[in-house]
Amino acid sequence: MKSLEELAKIRERMQNKVVLREGQANIRVAVGMATCGIAAGARPVLNALVEEVAKRNLTDKVTVTQTGCIGMCRFEPIVEVFDGDKERVTYIKVTPEKAREIVEKHLVGGNPIAEYTIGAAEK
Amino acid sequence: MKELSLNILDIAQNSITAEADLVEITLDETDTTLKLSIKDNGYGMSPEFLASVADPFSTTRTTRKVGMGIPLLKLAAEQTGGGITLRSTQRSVDPENCGTEITASFRKDHLDFTPLGDIVSTVCTLLQGFPDVDYVFTHRIVKGEKAGETGTENETVICVDTRDMRVILGDDVPLNDPMVLLWVRDSLEEQYAEAGK
Repeated sequence: MKSLEELAKIRERMQNKVVLREGQANIRVAVGMATCGIAAGARPVLNALVEEVAKRNLTDKVTVTQTGCIGMCRFEPIVEVFDGDKERVTYIKVTPEKAREIVEKHLVGGNPIAEYTIGAAEK
Repeated sequence: MKELSLNILDIAQNSITAEADLVEITLDETDTTLKLSIKDNGYGMSPEFLASVADPFSTTRTTRKVGMGIPLLKLAAEQTGGGITLRSTQRSVDPENCGTEITASFRKDHLDFTPLGDIVSTVCTLLQGFPDVDYVFTHRIVKGEKAGETGTENETVICVDTRDMRVILGDDVPLNDPMVLLWVRDSLEEQYAEAGK
């Protein structure tokens, strides 16, 4: 049985880590989590993103947020990447597998995956 | 929605939109029935809005705050022979006791019962997205067909209360810290494994 004492240990570890947190998160990843997004499978996509970002120790650089409906329900699950001053990248019909690939190639590698974006779908 | 846990995730977000800082999700389950309650202390709904909220076509889309969430839950409940109830008190009427409670009842043995699905992911997703809100998740499972036999040996209770967690985590560690989320996931999964579910 998980005990609350384990949380106290997590807190201790975090307190030791705080000093290292200089660079504020500058990439924001937003997952559409309105009724349309959820029904289309956004929950596993979000969880895959959160897991992958944590696994690669990117939590200081990348924040994963949940957002509402942006009015393009037919393209859900939608994942938007906001990276500083760069143009927003909108990925559509994302799956957990695609989400992990986005973390690897785009968030880590710096190269957006053009074929998964809304631009590619509208051609 | 393929799982009831997805309806729960969707409805709970309405509570957060309504500025609730406490969301209580309760499941009462027997061998043949499931009762769901989502209760918040948010700003509530006007009687007029409350009357129309289950109907997707009676709502104006101008606010974009309404839509298919409650109608889909209603459908999921009614197609098993169950139903939903809604109660709400507006903050402007009673700031101390305001909030909304939605309950839904299901017949589990009905052919059209949607399985609960991955409820642990739903709880973790809420904590991840809205870590400043407190959540009390309680799942009571009673063996047999009679609900409400609480406190007996036939009853298993699975629960997580973020208010208890916050006492220990203090202000330093948010609920959506990856280690904290993992702890919640492990804790709930262990409790479900022990309950034999």
